[in-house]
Amino acid sequence: MQEHDLSFVRVEMALAQSAPPSERGLGAWIRKNLIASTGDTILTIIGIVLVAMILPQVINWAFINAQWTGTDRTVCATVAQGGIQPDGWSGACWAFVNAKFGQFMFGRYPIEERWRPILVAILFVALLVPLLIPKVPRKGLNAILLFGALPVVAFILLVGGMFGLPLVETSLWGGLLVTLSLSFVGIAVSLPVGIVLALGRRSQMPIVKMLCIIFIETVRGIPLITVLFFASVMLPLFLPAGVSFDKFLRALIGVSLFAAAYMAEVIRGGLQAIPRGQYEGADSLGLGYWQKMGLIVMPQALKLVIPGIVNTFIGMFKDTSLVIVISMFDLLGVVKQNFSDANWATAQTARSGLVFAAFVFWLFCFGMSRYSMFTERRLDTSYKR
Amino acid sequence: MASQEILREEPSRGSFINDPKIRGIFFQAVVVIVLVALVWWIAQNVIANLTRLRIASGFGFLNSRAGFDISESAIAYSSDSTYGRAILVGFLNTVIVAVVGIITATLIGFIIGIGRLSHNWLIRKICTVYVEVFRNIPPLLVIFFWYSGVLAVLPPPRESINLPFSSFLNQRGFYFPRAVWGDGSWLILVALLLGIAMAWFVARKARQRQMATGQQFPVFWTSTALIIGLPLLAYALSGFPLSFDYPKQSTFNLTGGFQVRPEFLSLYLALSCYTAAFIAEIVRAGIRGVSKGQTEAAAALGLRAGPILRLVVIPQAMRIVIPPLTSQYLNLTKNSSLAIAIGYPDLTAIAGTVLNQTGQAVEGVVIMMAVYLALSLLTSAIMNVVNSKMALVER
Repeated sequence: MQEHDLSFVRVEMALAQSAPPSERGLGAWIRKNLIASTGDTILTIIGIVLVAMILPQVINWAFINAQWTGTDRTVCATVAQGGIQPDGWSGACWAFVNAKFGQFMFGRYPIEERWRPILVAILFVALLVPLLIPKVPRKGLNAILLFGALPVVAFILLVGGMFGLPLVETSLWGGLLVTLSLSFVGIAVSLPVGIVLALGRRSQMPIVKMLCIIFIETVRGIPLITVLFFASVMLPLFLPAGVSFDKFLRALIGVSLFAAAYMAEVIRGGLQAIPRGQYEGADSLGLGYWQKMGLIVMPQALKLVIPGIVNTFIGMFKDTSLVIVISMFDLLGVVKQNFSDANWATAQTARSGLVFAAFVFWLFCFGMSRYSMFTERRLDTSYKR
Repeated sequence: MASQEILREEPSRGSFINDPKIRGIFFQAVVVIVLVALVWWIAQNVIANLTRLRIASGFGFLNSRAGFDISESAIAYSSDSTYGRAILVGFLNTVIVAVVGIITATLIGFIIGIGRLSHNWLIRKICTVYVEVFRNIPPLLVIFFWYSGVLAVLPPPRESINLPFSSFLNQRGFYFPRAVWGDGSWLILVALLLGIAMAWFVARKARQRQMATGQQFPVFWTSTALIIGLPLLAYALSGFPLSFDYPKQSTFNLTGGFQVRPEFLSLYLALSCYTAAFIAEIVRAGIRGVSKGQTEAAAALGLRAGPILRLVVIPQAMRIVIPPLTSQYLNLTKNSSLAIAIGYPDLTAIAGTVLNQTGQAVEGVVIMMAVYLALSLLTSAIMNVVNSKMALVER
C-alpha cells in the first residue's frame, strides 16, 4: 500500500538561499542606510559635509600638526610669536601636557613623596578590578578591604605624619589625585547616607520624614557652588573660635552631602517600584524593620536603580571640578592654573591642556557608564513584563 | 460589647519597648532633642564668632554703597548703587543666561535626539558622538574650553572676523547691529501682541469647528501671516521707524552696535551644548517609549508621516519627556552659577563679592540659597502646569 501513497514528506531540508543581490553587500547597505529617500540623501550629504569640515581639522590639530616634545613655549609658538613654528600653524601643544604631566596628576605633592599616591592608586586598582569582575570570588571580603581598609591605608599614606612618613598638607594636593580622592569618598559616603535619607523620606515618623524632605529638597534646589560656599564660608562660623578644619575636608563634606541628596531621590524611586506584597511578605515572616529593608526591599530596589546610581556617581565625578571656586585645584583646576605659566603661554596651550583634561574626564565617565550598562544586563532577571 | 473590649486591649500586650508606636515617638523625640541641641550650639558659635569679628548681622547692609563695578548689567548700575541693586543685577544676569540657554539647549537637544533615531546611519552616528562627548565632560571644562580655548584666541579687534549682517567676531566678543526704535514703534509691539491674540483666537475657533463639523482650517499659515504680517503692516504705516546702529571699526576697538561679551558667550554656548546632550537622551527615550503600534495604527487610519508625528507620536512622547526635561532645565539654571569661574557677573559671583566685601557670610549664603530655591520652585511650577496640560485624559 505504502508504495502507492501519493503524499510526500520532505526528508532533507531545502538549503537556505542567499538573499537576492539587491539586498546584500555594500550597495544594499548604502541604499538602506544612507540614500533611502530624497530627504535621506540630503541628510547624508549634509552629514558628509559636516564630517569633512570638522574631522580633518581635528585630526590635523591633534595628531599631524601637533608638537609632542619640547621644553618651553617656543616649540608651540609661531615665528611671529617668537617661536619656531611657521606662521598660520595650528596644532596641539602636547609638549605642554608632557612637561606638566606630573603636576596634572599630583598637583604640588612633593616629588620625592609621589610614590605614595602611586602606591595608593595601585592598591585601589588591585582592589577595584576584582570587585568589578563578576566571576572573581570573595566579593564581601573584597568590598570590606576596598571601602573599609583602603581609606585608612590611603589616609595614612597620603597625609603622612606617622610611621616615619613626612606630613604632606592637603593644600599641596592637586590634580587627578584630588579629583579621584574627592569622588571616591563622595561615592563611599553618599550611597549609605542617600539610603538612610530615602528610608527617612518614606518613614512613618512624621518628624523624621519632614526633616529628610527639607534636607533633600533644599540641597537639590541650590547649585553645588552654593553648597561649597556654605562649606567654606559658613562652616568655620558654626564652630567654636579657634577650631577649624581642613579645607579639603570641608569640600569633601560639601560634595558628599550634595551627592547624598540626589542619591536619596534615585533610591526612593527604586523603593517606590517595589510592590507592596514584598513589604507585606517580609512583615508576615516576622522580620523587623531593618531586616525587612536590608534583606528583602533594598537588594531589589538598588538593583532596579543601578543606572540612576551610576549617573549620580558620574555627575559627582564631574562636579568635583567645581572645587576650583573655593581655590582647590583638582585636575581641571591645575590645568587652568598652568595657563598662566609664562614659560608655556601660547595660543595653543589652553586648548591642548583642556582637551587633555576633557579626555581624562571622558575616559572615567564613559567607563563608568559602560560598566553600568554591563551590570544592568547581567542583573536583568527578565521578570519585567 | 465584651469582645470589642478584648480586641481593643490586645495591642498593649507584651513589653511597651516593642510597641512600634512608642518606639516611633521615642526615636523622634531623640532626633528632635539632638537637632535642637545642634542648632543651639551652632547658633551660639555663630553669635560668638560674629561678635568676635565685629560683624553686625541683619540685612541692613543691602542699603549701603556697593563700590564695585559690574561689567554686564541689564538695568542701570554704577559703583555708587547699593549692594541690594548689585544683587538684583546678578539675579537678572542669571535669569537671562538661564532663559536663553534653556531655549537653545531645547532646540539643539530635540534635533540631536530625533537625529539619534534617524534611519540614516551617518546622522545617527554623528548625533551619538555628540551626546557621548558632551555627557561625559564636566560643564565647567566646556565653559573653559569656549572661554580660553576658542574665544580668547580669536583675533584682536583690529583684525575682527567679518560675519554676515555686519556682525563681527573678535577677542572682545560678538558684535551685531543694534536696532534703534524711532517714534511710533510702540505700534509694532501692539500689532505683534494683537497678531498673537488673533492667532490664538483663530486656532480655538478652528479646533471647535473641526470638532463639530470635521472641516479643517489652515491654522498654521493663518497664524504665521497674522503674527508676521500685522507688525510689518504697522511698521509700514508708522513710517518705517526702525533703524540700525552698525558696529564700526576704529583704530583699537569696535564702536557702536551691540556687544555680547565673551564671558556671556562662552557660558551660554557651554551650558547649551552640555544640557542639549542630556535633553537629546530624554527626547530619544520619550519617542522610543511610544509603542510602535501607535504609529502603525495611525498609518492604518491613513495619516501621513508628518501628521503621525505631530498628532500621535509627539503628544504621547511629551508625557514621558516633560518631567525629566524639567529637571534638566533646573540643572541648567543651577549650572549657570559656574559663571563665577570665568567672571560673568551672575548671582553667585556678585553675592560672593558682596560676601567678601562685607563679611556678611550668613546673609550672603542665605540670599543665594533663597533665590536659587525660588527659581527652582518657579520653574517646577511652570513645568507642572505644562505637564498637567499634556497629561493623559482618561475616560
